Order: sequence, then C-alpha cells, then structure tokens
Amino acid sequence: MAVRPLTGNYAVAWGARLSRVKVVAAYPITPQTTIVEKLAQFIESGEMDAKMIRVESEHSALAATFGAAAGGVRAFTATSSHGLMYMHEMLWWTAGARIPVVMAVATRTMGPPWNIWTDHSDIMGQRDTGWLVMMAEHNQEVLDMTIQMFKITEDPRVFLPGIVGLDAFILSHTTEPVDIPEQELVDSFLPPRRQPYVFKAGDPLIMGNIPSSLEENMKMRWDIHRSMEEAKKVIQKVDAEWERLTGRGYGGLTECYRCSDAQYLVAGIGAWVGDMREAVDYLREEFGVKIGVLKVRFVRPFPREDILKWASSVKAIAVFDRSVSPGSAGPLFLDIAAHLMASGTMLPIKDLLAGLTGVDVTYEDIANALLRFVSEVEEMGTVKQPIEWYFGR
Amino acid sequence: MSEEHVLPLARPQVGVSGKTGTWRVIRPEVDHSKCIKCALCWLHCPESTIDIVEEGEAYIKIDYDYCKGCGICADVCPTKAIRMVPEG
Amino acid sequence: MIEIRFHGRGGQGAVTAANILVMAAYKVGLWGQAFPFFGAERRGAPVKAFARLSKSRVRVRSMIRHPDVVVVLDPKLPEIVDVYSGIKDGGTVVMNTPGKFKGPKGLRYYLVNATKIALDHGLVLAGWPLVNTAILGALARAIDLPIEAVKKAITEYLGPKVGPKNAEAAEQAFREVVIVE
Repeated sequence: MAVRPLTGNYAVAWGARLSRVKVVAAYPITPQTTIVEKLAQFIESGEMDAKMIRVESEHSALAATFGAAAGGVRAFTATSSHGLMYMHEMLWWTAGARIPVVMAVATRTMGPPWNIWTDHSDIMGQRDTGWLVMMAEHNQEVLDMTIQMFKITEDPRVFLPGIVGLDAFILSHTTEPVDIPEQELVDSFLPPRRQPYVFKAGDPLIMGNIPSSLEENMKMRWDIHRSMEEAKKVIQKVDAEWERLTGRGYGGLTECYRCSDAQYLVAGIGAWVGDMREAVDYLREEFGVKIGVLKVRFVRPFPREDILKWASSVKAIAVFDRSVSPGSAGPLFLDIAAHLMASGTMLPIKDLLAGLTGVDVTYEDIANALLRFVSEVEEMGTVKQPIEWYFGR
Repeated sequence: MSEEHVLPLARPQVGVSGKTGTWRVIRPEVDHSKCIKCALCWLHCPESTIDIVEEGEAYIKIDYDYCKGCGICADVCPTKAIRMVPEG
Repeated sequence: MIEIRFHGRGGQGAVTAANILVMAAYKVGLWGQAFPFFGAERRGAPVKAFARLSKSRVRVRSMIRHPDVVVVLDPKLPEIVDVYSGIKDGGTVVMNTPGKFKGPKGLRYYLVNATKIALDHGLVLAGWPLVNTAILGALARAIDLPIEAVKKAITEYLGPKVGPKNAEAAEQAFREVVIVE
C-alpha cells in the first residue's frame, strides 16, 4: 500500500481504476472535471483497461454509462450541480431498470446566480430516484467508498445504482494523504460483476415497455424500496469486510462520535462533519457539554434504525442541513424528525440551515450555534425556533 | 429591482474583478503615426478596453487598468501600429 | 496546528508547492491538508493556496483567516495584494525577494532570492522561473521541517526527470535564507 497526497477527485479516480471499471462516460463540469481528466489519463497511459466515451451532455453521459452497464460491464460516471439536474431523468431510468452503476457527485450548489461552491442541493435533490446516496467526510473515505459502492450496488439483494458524494473544493480539490490499496487487495474484495440481466446481441430483451398491469408496475417501485431496506445489511457487511482487509471501517450507515455518554447530538452529512467533530471536542473541553456527532453517511437508504438507537439516550438533536426544501425545511432534518416521531421518540429537534451556496462555516460557527441550542433546551426543555437560518457571524 | 426580494441580478459595472490589468504579462503599445483609424482594434478587443478618443495624434486610447494583454489588437492591426512588449 | 497561506501568480506553482508540502509533512509523521482558493484562474493573476499541518489528522475544512505563516512567491505581489491580511501577531513571512525587503513590524521574515535560485538551476517553464520548489526550501527552514523530507517529496512529486534539480533548488534556498526580525 502506498500513501500519496491526493485530492478528493483523484481519490475517486483511483477508486474507479482499482475497481477495474471498463467504461467511463462523462461530460465536464466544475468541480467534477478533474475526476474524469484523471481517468482519461489512466486510460491513455494504459494503466487502466477501459473505454472513455465522450458525450455531448450529462443526460447522454448517464445514458451511455447505463447502456454499458446493461451490457454487462462495470461502468462509472461523475458530475455536479446543473449536470446532475440534466441527468435527473436518467437517474430514474437506471434505478428503475435495476442496473448497478456507480457515480461520483462533487456536490455543488445550484444557480442562479452562477456559483461553483459546495452545498448539498444537487445531491439531496436525487433522494427519490432509487439510487443509494452517500456522502464522504474525507478523501480516504472517498476512495474507499468508490470501491465499496461497486460491491454494494452489485449485490443481488440490492441491484440498484449508487452515488458517492464529495463536497466541492473542500474535498474535491483539497489534497491530503490517502492510502491507495494494492490492486490485489481490491481484486480479492470485489467479486466479478453481478447484475440482474445482461443485454446481449442475439438474445432480445425489452426493458421499460408499457406495463401490462399497473399493480405489477407499483410492485416494481415497492421492490426498489424493499431492496433499499436490504441494502442496509449489505452496507454494514461490506464495510466490515473492508475494515478486516484495510483496517478502515466507517460504521456502515452512520458513525456516532463521542456518543456513549452524550446528552445532545449534532447530525450532519459530508465534509463538515470534520468541523463538527472539532466543535464537539471544543464544547466538551471548554463548556463541559456532553455532546456527540451523528455522522449520517448514507442518505439513501436512510439509516432509521441507527438514528433511533443513537437518539434513544439523548435530550435533543441539532441537525445541520446544507440544503433546503423551500417552504418546508432541510431534508436531513425532515428525515430524522419523521422517523423519530413515527417510532414514538419525542424529543426537541432543531434544523440549522447553514453553509448553503458555499458560505464558509468554521468549527467556531458550529460551536456557537450548538451552545445556543443546548442552553435553550436546558432552560426551556424545547427549542424556540425549530428551523433557523444561520448566516454566520 | 425589487426592494423586498433578494434577486440574482446585478448591473454590469467596470472593475468587479479588481484591476485585471495587473494580470498582464505583455502590453500593447501604439505607434500613432502608423494608425489609419480603421478601429479594428476597438472592434476586436474582448475586454472593451480600447476607446476611440481622437485626442491629438492619438485616435485610440487603451485602458491599461483593465487590458489583460491578450494581443488580439496587435494581431488584427493591418498596419502593425500596435506591438506587444514585455511588462516590467 | 500551523496554518499557511501561499500567494503567487497563476502558473507559478503555488498550488503544487502546497501539495508537495503535504507530502513532505507526511514523511515526518505530520498530517497535511492543502487547498487552492478559487477566483479568476489565469496565468499571471494573483492566486492563493492554503495548507494546514498538524500532529493529528486535520478535520477542519474552513478557509484559513488567520495564518501563522504567509509565503510570497512573487516579489511584486505585496504591491497589489494585501499579503499580510489576517496574519497572526508575531507571524512568519517567507518572501521571494531579489534583495532587502521591508514589511510591517512585528513579523519574522525569511528572505530568499528564489527567482535567482530557480534560474541558476534552469527551472524555467514557458519563460517563467519556477520558484515554487526553492520557496519550499525557505519555508522548511521557517517551520522546522527537515529539508531531506522536502527534497524527497519534491523528487517523488515531480518525478526523476525534473525532481532532482528542483530538490537542489530547495536545498540551496534552505541554506541561503536570511532571517530578519
């Protein structure tokens, strides 16, 4: 194994290369572009035995990736922001067709105005498509999850496509040491590709024709939901196996940092979970607040059981959302609140809408917002404002 | 523009990216005696940093605060009245 | 944790310098993180890059507002950019300068003629002296990073063809740097 300084984007490219991807189809968009540039370089130099398909749009990029995967090979693409929106229709087709594909999304806010910085508007907008959706905290996790995601999505209990999300710039273009595993190790971890069917010349199959029965059609939707529930077990198992091989495990669907004695939790997804860890250490040391970080790794399938478990022993939860459903609230808050309530777990929960459109958020910002939240709950037993916009100091 | 809403609108204005002339590595210099007043440089400048001024012997004036030194003006000048010289 | 801000011009290799620094730090058991600031990306335009070095994994991802160290790759940049913005009291400035240099009081200056060193070693690309590896040598002196680790990182990062002469440039800068308080 070799540790090298890699950007998040190069970590993705290495993950795809080590997974022996055979087809890459993509269209450039900041901040994703250097993922595909690196893959093109690997292919051109002969270090990677794959075909690069240049396409005229993101819609075609995913269509070509999906087509190649339906033909029986491991296929990969990457995009961001407006590119992901342009792909949106094909996300439904890929998941509905039950074809495993892995895509990296370097998360970037949506316009207007034109803006290349990170928030989670793009990736959270894909929650309902039937793709597995995960967000990484650092570049090692980016590389490891690109490899893991192939194994998860190609498991017969899952057979759904998956997204590996990494925050624009603060991961995608940030260099940090990353351990690149040996090819042999990845080969021993990743079995040959499996998928529910393969399109072959001379053996005609129809996918996506008009349903003969609408009930049958509805069952297809139900089956995706059921497979998502099954995927939770697969995610745990695959992560545990990766940990045995590399020493690096991530807790499956969630990780809870300093939670064993925590009275409060702060929940989030993506790179700023690192800043949350720093904030929690600071609050414990300086203010004696017993608080832990609930790192939600998978947004879909949603880790309902994990969250109920972590929430069972705390007084209140603060959720940081880096995207919003205008007229409702942040999507992570909505999921957590709904599943807690549905299980009869009633506790104060607060949504902090912060860092949208790429606003820089420091650990001090997070600590300040959490201090106010904790003191409100301590004084009143509830939160004054369940949904609050935090613009920074 | 609405006073009550925060809109994704702005008025075009000079200098929103700062003085982009500081990016310049080579600068255009004009020999006004060779200028035939065709205004091709004015038409082609992608940054609109060339104005027609007709001041004394000068037909055009370059705004060096914003000229990035791309050299298109020198390239299109039919009489080679503009040449690019290193900054510095 | 040490927070470092690099000021350079597009094409001078400030981002590459920050990346090599991460690699060098790793070799002596430090965790590094490097990231560019994205503004107008163009050859010649003033650019910034950032790095954090720490004894443990760097978890924070926010911008660096109060650097401990500022590294200036182009002697003319202080005329057009506030390179001292937010620097901590008693902070360190690593400056590429052809001769004497005077900056604000209360800072520690590491002065080196990185342009001359780069030219002496034939480090020129498209007419521009590549000062980034020489300045890394001076930075190593300023933050007590072993020069051997920096040289090794440079050679690995840039490859066997240009790596060794860049490593020599770093070593020369490490030796020649002048400290002014």
